[in-house]
Amino acid sequence: MYTSTTNRRSFIKKMAMLSAMTAAATMFPGILFAEEQERGLPKGSLLNWKKAPCRFCGVGCGVLIGIEKGKAVAVKGDPKSTVNKGLCCVKGYHSVIAMYGKDRLTKPLVKKNGKYVETSMKEALDLIASKMKETIKDFGKDSVSIYGSGQWTIPDGYVASKLFKGCIGTNNVEANARLCMASAVTGFLTSFGLDEPMGCYEDIDHANVYVLWGNNMAEMHPVLFSRMLDQRLKRAAKIIDFTTRTTRTSMAADKSILFLPQTDLAVGNAICYEIIKNGWVHTSFVEKHCNFSKGLTNMGYGLEDNFKFKDRPEKIDFETYKEFLNDYTPEKVEKMSGVSAKDIKYLAAYYGDPNKKVMSFWCMGPNQHSRGTWMNNIIYNIHLLTGKISTPGNSPFSLTGQPSACGTVREVGTLTHKLPHGVVMNKKHREFAAKIWEVPVENIDPKPTYHTVEMFRALDRGDIRFMWIQVTNPMVTMPKLKRYRDGANKEGRFIVVSDIYPTPTTDIADVILPSAMWIEREGMYGNSERRTQYFEQMVSPPGEAMSDTWQLIEVAKRMGFEKQFYYKEATHIEEIYKEYQRHHVGKKHNMAPLEVLKKQPGAMWPYVDGKSTKWRFNSKYDPACTNGKDFHFYGKPDGKAIIWQRPYEPAAESPDKEYPYWLCTGRVLEHWHTGSMTRRIPVLHKAMPHSYVELNPEDAKRMQIRTGDKVKLTTRRGEIILPVAINQRGIPAPMQVFVPFFDENLLINDITLDSFCPISKEPDYKKCAVKLEKV
Amino acid sequence: MPIKSYLAHPHQGRKEELVTAISEIQGCDVVSAKNEEILVVVTETENKEEEEVLKIKFDAIESLKLLAMVSGFNTPKEH
Ligand code: SF4
Repeated sequence: MYTSTTNRRSFIKKMAMLSAMTAAATMFPGILFAEEQERGLPKGSLLNWKKAPCRFCGVGCGVLIGIEKGKAVAVKGDPKSTVNKGLCCVKGYHSVIAMYGKDRLTKPLVKKNGKYVETSMKEALDLIASKMKETIKDFGKDSVSIYGSGQWTIPDGYVASKLFKGCIGTNNVEANARLCMASAVTGFLTSFGLDEPMGCYEDIDHANVYVLWGNNMAEMHPVLFSRMLDQRLKRAAKIIDFTTRTTRTSMAADKSILFLPQTDLAVGNAICYEIIKNGWVHTSFVEKHCNFSKGLTNMGYGLEDNFKFKDRPEKIDFETYKEFLNDYTPEKVEKMSGVSAKDIKYLAAYYGDPNKKVMSFWCMGPNQHSRGTWMNNIIYNIHLLTGKISTPGNSPFSLTGQPSACGTVREVGTLTHKLPHGVVMNKKHREFAAKIWEVPVENIDPKPTYHTVEMFRALDRGDIRFMWIQVTNPMVTMPKLKRYRDGANKEGRFIVVSDIYPTPTTDIADVILPSAMWIEREGMYGNSERRTQYFEQMVSPPGEAMSDTWQLIEVAKRMGFEKQFYYKEATHIEEIYKEYQRHHVGKKHNMAPLEVLKKQPGAMWPYVDGKSTKWRFNSKYDPACTNGKDFHFYGKPDGKAIIWQRPYEPAAESPDKEYPYWLCTGRVLEHWHTGSMTRRIPVLHKAMPHSYVELNPEDAKRMQIRTGDKVKLTTRRGEIILPVAINQRGIPAPMQVFVPFFDENLLINDITLDSFCPISKEPDYKKCAVKLEKV
Repeated sequence: MPIKSYLAHPHQGRKEELVTAISEIQGCDVVSAKNEEILVVVTETENKEEEEVLKIKFDAIESLKLLAMVSGFNTPKEH
């Protein structure tokens, strides 16, 4: 296509303007530019504003949606929400546009002779149910599976778990949160015995220092970041960015410290070493409330099929732990991490200062890590040694990426080993779930089956024959993607995909079901701070689109489980939520009644005596504490949290002569994960139209590469050609490159590695070795 | 032919003054945020030398506290 230079220039000017507006929106979520505002809002219209949680990230902002003539036309931050206090980021503002893309799926499609043919919903659901029954008959119950999402509503995940675990009797239930939050879960469970943060977002208003561990909050959690910037203005709170790549967060932080990939393990230990050496340990807290343990080392990386690992924890004493840390003096760690001993001491001094309240934030950096569980443990170690935990402003805070990774995956328990309350391996937990589900207890298999990577390997091998995928796009997100795409396309596999738009995942489907999105149905999400938020159905879904919950119920009934799936169409969400609440009864996890959720912008569990619990394990705030002391880590039998001895171990693959660069992947502000929704929002798509590879300016200069040039990235898995970005959004450290994964036309996961943390089974998307060539 | 965009932060209470000052410079487009103390500025110059001149002009604006670059594009010259 010919474009005149003048046209191109005016286009580029618009792009430049848009980039700046988007950047401004990162720093000041809620910022309005006349042009943008006028484009978005219909003039003089009478909008009906209704409350909902935003669906575009784990922050879980409360938003108000403006409805006009049956259509969602505007969004604004809900001033009543304590999460965002009226703020909203670019994704949130434009979120409703994602419902109205031209190519919305509105009819079920069934693949016949290689072509998709429209069918009625009834026919499609009949086919799914009969295929499932047939597969179970031919290959056994563990040949069928469901793969869901942290964007599932709570009722979606609940009925999926009930159908597969309770009725069919297979633990083949996984969700994409395995790819982003599993290390956070195992971190919590090993350190505290119970999942999810002890604190809440209000900690931001009390802390003096925020340490961001590999967490680009300016782009990924923009509203929380702006709350921190606000506290910096008001109270001179400090933001310290600890990162492998210079990002917008680094640019806005008071200090940015770069470390070499994987060495965060060593730096964390060095901080603990300094805390002990300088006498900054909160001795009485540690004596009263902590134990010390170590686990197995040299755990491996899960690269082979059927990889198994089980940790063997062993109690140790403080002296043994102290001695272990002698390998992590700041001077020794400086050599391996590239972080100066001075900077390590600087970090340790903040944690060690009894007069400073410190929050640690992290998300994908420490979680998508081949030693993710260990990284989580180490950050808790720092907070436990200094007693800076479970009090306002002292808070190790593991953030989530998705709107309901906590609510649906972690709380409902849509992972192979989990039940809504407890785990499948525990007889009492099985009995408890079976009673509520009204199924024989023998139905619930005591053995977990496949975690996500292994589930897709099983599909490739043929151990799994049927997979139902809802609200997620694994054919963009799986690491070492080619293997899993080829596996899914093999003969004798039957794949059902429920989604709202065509994606690379619907491409592998035998049946595509059109889903109702977000406020086109009723539901709840649970965010990073244990807050459950309800939303009503505000508009009708297009065509035959149906909620994921109701799709599952319809299939369950067809499979003969009418008794368990007794729900009525008009009231099923309420009935399901009430049933689900029964799994969490008690002071440790009580969920707020639906009536409360309908009235206010969410409530935090444990919800006890009409009140949300803001700080768990602290007897001043948490009614579940019963040991008569100031703190009670009641997730562990003796009420004590564990400080874990966890060493540094290298990544599964490190740069070498042949593949000399580190490859790190991640997200960008404008796009929600794989971009299947946000790329259909014109303003966001224009601001970030395609993927790219970021290079360090010095590396680029040496290779004579400029922005816009193309380079070939080659790993042991394959190759991909990408345009280069230098000094643009982010700046990687020398000999490192960064590629976002939102672009389905440039699938970076075709070349990533499927190594994972042996404890959490969460893949490490942040580290593998890559070669670059100018093309 | 560089095209660049910036976020311009004014000194307290001097936003309007800053908008006026920047709009007077040739080759600059400015959009002011309605509810925050910040402006978006896009500059278009012929070459590096012109850019330098522009920088000097910016430095001379008293109401400007900070100018942070967001994006930079280099377009081919018209023949
Ligand atoms: S920060 Fe997250 S939850 Fe809040 S508006 Fe943005 S995308 Fe939505």
